[in-house]
Amino acid sequence: MVHCLMDGNEAVARGAFAAGCRFFAGYPITPASSIFDVMMRLLPPAGGICIQGEDEIASIGSCLGASMAGLKAMTATSGPGISLYSEQISFAVGSEIPIVIVDVQRLGPSTGSATRGADGDIQFLRWGNSGGLPVIVLAPVDVTDCFRLTQHAFDLSERLRCPVFIASNKEIALTRESVDPEQLETISIGKRPAPVPGKPFLPFETSPENPVPGFLPIGGETVVRQTSSTHGIDGYITTDPAQIQDFRQRLSKKLLDAVDTYTFFDYFPSASKDLLVITYGVTARSARACLKAFGGREGPFSLLVLKTLWPVPESVIREKAEAAKRVLVLEMNMGQYVREIQRVLDSKEVRFFGRMNGELLAPSDILEACRHG
Amino acid sequence: MDSLLNPNRPPVFCPGCTHERLTGALDRALGLLNRKAARVALVTDIGCSGLFDTFFKTHAFHGLHGRALTYAAGMKLARPELTVVVTMGDGGIGIGGAHFLAACRRNLDITLLILNNFNFGMTGGQMSATTPPDAVTGSGFLNRLEHPLDICETAKAAGAPYVGRYSAFEKDLPEKIARAIGHEGFSLVDIWGICPGRYTRKNRISPKSIAAQISRRPAFDGAVAENTRQEYGALYRETARHAPPLPPPRRIEAVFIPPSTKRQDVVLLGNAGQRILTAGEILCLAGMTGGLQVTQKNEYNITVLRGPSVSEVILSKERIDYTGIETPSVVIAVGQEGVRRRKGLFKKMPPDGLVLAAEGLELPDCPCEIRLLPFKKQRIRSRDQALAALSVLARKNRVLSSKMLEAALKIRFPSQASRILETIPQCPPE
Repeated sequence: MVHCLMDGNEAVARGAFAAGCRFFAGYPITPASSIFDVMMRLLPPAGGICIQGEDEIASIGSCLGASMAGLKAMTATSGPGISLYSEQISFAVGSEIPIVIVDVQRLGPSTGSATRGADGDIQFLRWGNSGGLPVIVLAPVDVTDCFRLTQHAFDLSERLRCPVFIASNKEIALTRESVDPEQLETISIGKRPAPVPGKPFLPFETSPENPVPGFLPIGGETVVRQTSSTHGIDGYITTDPAQIQDFRQRLSKKLLDAVDTYTFFDYFPSASKDLLVITYGVTARSARACLKAFGGREGPFSLLVLKTLWPVPESVIREKAEAAKRVLVLEMNMGQYVREIQRVLDSKEVRFFGRMNGELLAPSDILEACRHG
Repeated sequence: MDSLLNPNRPPVFCPGCTHERLTGALDRALGLLNRKAARVALVTDIGCSGLFDTFFKTHAFHGLHGRALTYAAGMKLARPELTVVVTMGDGGIGIGGAHFLAACRRNLDITLLILNNFNFGMTGGQMSATTPPDAVTGSGFLNRLEHPLDICETAKAAGAPYVGRYSAFEKDLPEKIARAIGHEGFSLVDIWGICPGRYTRKNRISPKSIAAQISRRPAFDGAVAENTRQEYGALYRETARHAPPLPPPRRIEAVFIPPSTKRQDVVLLGNAGQRILTAGEILCLAGMTGGLQVTQKNEYNITVLRGPSVSEVILSKERIDYTGIETPSVVIAVGQEGVRRRKGLFKKMPPDGLVLAAEGLELPDCPCEIRLLPFKKQRIRSRDQALAALSVLARKNRVLSSKMLEAALKIRFPSQASRILETIPQCPPE
């Protein structure tokens, strides 16, 4: 038997590298800094670029520039940095710039506690862009997930030309664990769509087959325009309400329509179907531990672990909750994602258990919550 | 050389705006350098200077206010062969001050043209970072209270290797811009102009007064001798060539039989600087050499050499889910701060649990065996005590064996393992 000892941050960095990421920029922040450390050791020897931005705004900005120049780009930060990224995130959403953004969540609000974990940014990641258009957020549970989901993040961000978040947590990022190297599989990463052939290039032109515009890099033989302003398919400002509305619709639909193809989740059924526990991130491990204590299928609840948080994977939530009388949502915050579950399962009793004090929800806490739920 | 101006989108500046002259000057500069449209990227941000990219048929990237230099940096590092020209206004230089300083310090081969007209033209003529105190602006009396930024002096102080300060009315401006673009490294051109839409309504400014103002300031017209150095991108690539590649994650083979197949929950408690996390890692590696799965969850404050340091290590034959420890099987306590942080843990110890504690620590009551380790008497340094406690554990053949510990030390400290191992016999015998 062979194992490697790794923490979540290293796995994110190695996953990014395996996905072909060749540009990273970050600004030091606990608990995300070690992603930068590993990228700094991975990228330059491989001909890639890793830089430390003068601040978070610069870090994500240089990623956007590098991405438009054709490189796969990633940045990593924590809540305070995501706050500063916000305006650039909106840019990436509206102007369809592929980028992977890692949020190693720490206990907030604000600068909060740098070395304590939380899942307090889950709604912020979704709504922290002006305009409110959808984004993709993937939430790893462990080190293996960090490696795997970071690659999926690149695959999605490249194919759909959008920012994709990894919602990590200090308790995954800085927790070391033994991992089976066979489980650290590399996946094939999709490409940015090619432009419509046989026509002059228009930077935001889509085809009937693909709602994602064809891509050519800035700096290539064909001149490319990119802009944060409201633009038409030619990349110039437009004021035409019909065109603008179509564009916004497309930005929404390209992510929402495809969510079933990138819904990542684990489901652990148990003999007792009455109670469904839904959770994500590191809390999933505590819920799994509860089930294990009861020998798996004899557990007091079935467990749905969501790894795609945004767009909300409504199909899988409805399907797994169908037989349940009650649903309990566990979160390392004061109740954020539970709002989505309540919305999707509006005819069911959906309750919340969680806290935000830097401690993991322990299996004993969860069993207690199940009894009262 | 053909013009790189976009024939379909002529400039739309206010009549008399110097931005229009500069559009032509930049086009002629690129022509003088014989640059092809596909070799040039124009990067702009918000404000009237942000309209520039639409008037050219080059690559274009228009982004957020004051952030143009951030995109330009990524673009230039990704495509060193590209001529990257950034236009910003005096507003952008204010809001993007950190990026401006960083660009000067970094020295990537980017040309920054500052279209300096002393106010926010687009939003109502508010004051900017360069507004003179005696100007009448849309910001009430506020500009009277502030000192205007001398962009060129700031750039020089920040390490810009090429700085020019010119009037938008200078006849040979295209040549001057071409020289700046041709310079290999960061070049800054601060071009003073007129905003007829806002500024000149309430302020007297003319080509003559601009020339006079500039002549009263320190002159900047090219290379700054003391800041001359190698361009960042070239230096980066050259340095990166010598960077050793990061090896793949170390594969640890299971070669020993661990003392027990029972799951072990070990909590290490100490003070920052006592290498608690390192000891936790060693314990993980040791467990892995015994074919065990491991997790290590750490807790510490943001201070580096102050405060508690806590490591929770689980070793198990099975996959570990929850990484916290509610009931430890072993506690290693070598520092008071860690003990204090987890004082509630001791009373939860099972009767067959074990506490290994440095002598002299104040410990809460606990229902299991407490073994005191006379580290002080043995002159074991504070920073080695957690590791020494592991060796005590190993010699009790509890959680890990001596062979597992030795193997772990060799993995973690290949060159120092033998020195560390030498300290182990000093630890108290059973």
